Amino acid sequence: MAATGRTVHPVAAIGFVLEGLWTWYRRNWRSTAVSSFLTPLMFLTAMGFGLGSQIRPGPATDNLPYVVYLAPAVLVGLAVQVSTGESSFPVLGSFKWDQRYYAITATPVTVDQLLAAQVVWVALRVFVSGLAYVLVAALFGAFVNAGALLAVPISMLAGLAFGTWVVALAATVNDEGNAFGNAFRFVVVPMTLFAGTYYPISQLPAWSRPLAWVTPLWHGNELARAAEFGGMSLLTAAGHVAYLLVLVAGGVLTARWRFHVRLKV
Amino acid sequence: MSDDAVLVQADGLVKRFGDFEAVRGIDVKVRRGEAFGFLGPNGAGKSSTMRMIACTSPRTAGELRVLGMDPDRQGPRIRARLGVVPQQDNLDNELTVRQNLQVYGRYFGLSRAQVRDRATELLRFAQLTDRADDQVDPLSGGMKRRLTIARSLVNEPELLLLDEPTTGLDPQARHLLWDRLFRLKQSGVTLIVTTHYMDEAEQLCDRLVVMDGGRIVAEGSPAGLIAEHSSREVLELRFPIDQQQANVPLLHDLAERVEVLPDRLLIYTDDGESVLAQASRRGVRPTSSLVRRSTLEDVFLRLTGRTLVD
Repeated sequence: MAATGRTVHPVAAIGFVLEGLWTWYRRNWRSTAVSSFLTPLMFLTAMGFGLGSQIRPGPATDNLPYVVYLAPAVLVGLAVQVSTGESSFPVLGSFKWDQRYYAITATPVTVDQLLAAQVVWVALRVFVSGLAYVLVAALFGAFVNAGALLAVPISMLAGLAFGTWVVALAATVNDEGNAFGNAFRFVVVPMTLFAGTYYPISQLPAWSRPLAWVTPLWHGNELARAAEFGGMSLLTAAGHVAYLLVLVAGGVLTARWRFHVRLKV
Repeated sequence: MSDDAVLVQADGLVKRFGDFEAVRGIDVKVRRGEAFGFLGPNGAGKSSTMRMIACTSPRTAGELRVLGMDPDRQGPRIRARLGVVPQQDNLDNELTVRQNLQVYGRYFGLSRAQVRDRATELLRFAQLTDRADDQVDPLSGGMKRRLTIARSLVNEPELLLLDEPTTGLDPQARHLLWDRLFRLKQSGVTLIVTTHYMDEAEQLCDRLVVMDGGRIVAEGSPAGLIAEHSSREVLELRFPIDQQQANVPLLHDLAERVEVLPDRLLIYTDDGESVLAQASRRGVRPTSSLVRRSTLEDVFLRLTGRTLVD
């Protein structure tokens, strides 16, 4: 009697894990629709159209209506948020609660393939929610230039630059409460407030600007706005992209280390 | 590969976690078609051994070949031909019963058509056809266990690893599972089972090793181990709590061996009734007595000085 199981090409194996995630998502997408779609639109409406109606276009807004200035940065903020959400509890739960990862790595799928699929899944979720947001916000006039579409993959990169580190954290912690709460309170929220989402960081005291420079959000904001409004040299853009790629690579390698520690015991 | 091929061979297999040595150099050989057991109390090193055989846990030292391959270098190829039932069910609780089987089958490189057919077969085998499209979460413990076993069979494995397959199940659910495992064995699947239940080991295993503290302390068939390490019968005597110890000297010369447990005395002999009659003539007055056959529990007690389930 011969077993029917076989090893497949790594790309196919990653595809099978994505298929499993998709099977889950098809049954549960409704719960994510609000946070990844309605929330940014509410934000844009309140801050961009509401509060923004009181803000005159000026140098700080690149002489753009505030809602137009704000829209690409909300896209990047959304990417970081969705990425964090998909990388935190779902990953921790797959180790701790239903232990899906242990089930998957008992098959021919390897730890590296599993992690790759998880990261690709996060990227896809970020990309799709970003695209939906851009299309709908464009209908309301918040995006004025097709370059906004280029901002979607940029936001995905920024999302992963943070999310992969959350994956690594989720693969390390055992107590769900504090780690994610602290990451959100002390990193995501300050980053959203002070990394150039609502106003340029040139409005902040000079000493505090380096704090914004290290965040993936600031680099994402700069790139996303440049994609839509232009005005950035290719070299500067390449620098921002390179920084984000380094963060992604560091996050993936750290996550890989943590996945091996936790799954290959 | 011939029929008596060795599917698992371990020589001096060691697993260490930091300073703690969970498996301390064991030698194991499992042949095709066998039902092989690891019997031992919690913490004996059974699960660590199973995870090494399942190629999910790298060995610290020693040699290990599974299906003739090295788990360190050919893990995915070995795992493609294994079925694994972990100690704790790790089903996708938010998917349906059928989806659990189909999604898992894909990880083994099966086509969509293959997993559809296989899921239908396995639902029947696990007697879950009625619940096929229900979510897993509300199923009973026995049903989840059957689903986990069904899932482990999705790739028609040559070697099935079952870690404590019936722990936590009620007697009816256990018997149903044992029945399914017998069928698998009859269809030619090689089984490796860990358990701390001696009745499970006796029911399922052709051959087993007794593990304690990371070492193998005995090896053989259930009947062979009992014949080798215990008497034919056991007389169990219970006394009022404070009177047990006083009776031990009266019994010693009547039997091969007397074990003193907290709640009863075990008297090992080939003729329990006759020992009971002799004891009675000497004025031994237990509150209850029972003559039974020796079991693996007695073997374990003899070999380690401890009971299996405490």
